[in-house]
Amino acid sequence: MSIGQAGLYFFMMVGGISAAAILFTRNIFHAVLMLLATLLSTAAIYILLGAEFVGITQILVYAGGVVILLIFGIMLTSRLSNRPLNISSHNLVGGLIGSVSLLALLILCYRDLDPVHPSGVILYPAIGISLLTDFAAPFEFSAILLLISLAGAAIIAATNFRRHEP
Amino acid sequence: MSPDALLYFAAWLFCVGICLVIVKRNTLLMLVGTELMLNAANVNLVYFNSQGSQPDGAMFAVFVIVVAVCEAAVGLAIMMRAYHFYQTSLPDQISELRERI
Repeated sequence: MSIGQAGLYFFMMVGGISAAAILFTRNIFHAVLMLLATLLSTAAIYILLGAEFVGITQILVYAGGVVILLIFGIMLTSRLSNRPLNISSHNLVGGLIGSVSLLALLILCYRDLDPVHPSGVILYPAIGISLLTDFAAPFEFSAILLLISLAGAAIIAATNFRRHEP
Repeated sequence: MSPDALLYFAAWLFCVGICLVIVKRNTLLMLVGTELMLNAANVNLVYFNSQGSQPDGAMFAVFVIVVAVCEAAVGLAIMMRAYHFYQTSLPDQISELRERI
């Protein structure tokens, strides 16, 4: 087993365990930190698989953006009312049955699959060229989508809607 | 490498995400579950991309990340609004559409 494979298994273990820990933790802040551990180990898996661009984007965007947003959400919502956030569970039986049966179904489907042989690193010039040729339209559309949704999020969160008096 | 260890990892992440969305009552943890499911899809994309020479799967994974960021930003903004108005972050208790007068 090479070092890369050992690292792959190590990060898969870390990611899987911390993802499961989100389910069982009693503290919502710990849950977000566990999500951060999962996302970072997934980024390491991407880098080990040769998709370094995706891995670095994952670290920048998820660890730097989404997790910070979630922590902001926790701090703002628990500060507003000085009540601890409700983290109780419901639908426990249904959720467990649904997710475990889906996991079993996926494992059954994957059993007969041929193994994939990794063919090496994706080079940055190939990514740049395909971003501006084959994927030019999705690239532009995602830029517009990002602009609209971030501006919309700021407007939704900042506007002071007045209640109409009857 | 052993055939499908990464596929099993992605399936595990997806099922944990689904379980979070179904089981947890807090909106924030449901958003966390959605992020986990999108990540599982990304792991699959990058894994199947690693056997070809074209970066198609990796590009698709980057676009999935962009859409996930949009979803998280808008979802959290709506959650803040709903929290201000209803003083709760439990979707079960947000059950009225009209303003309370």
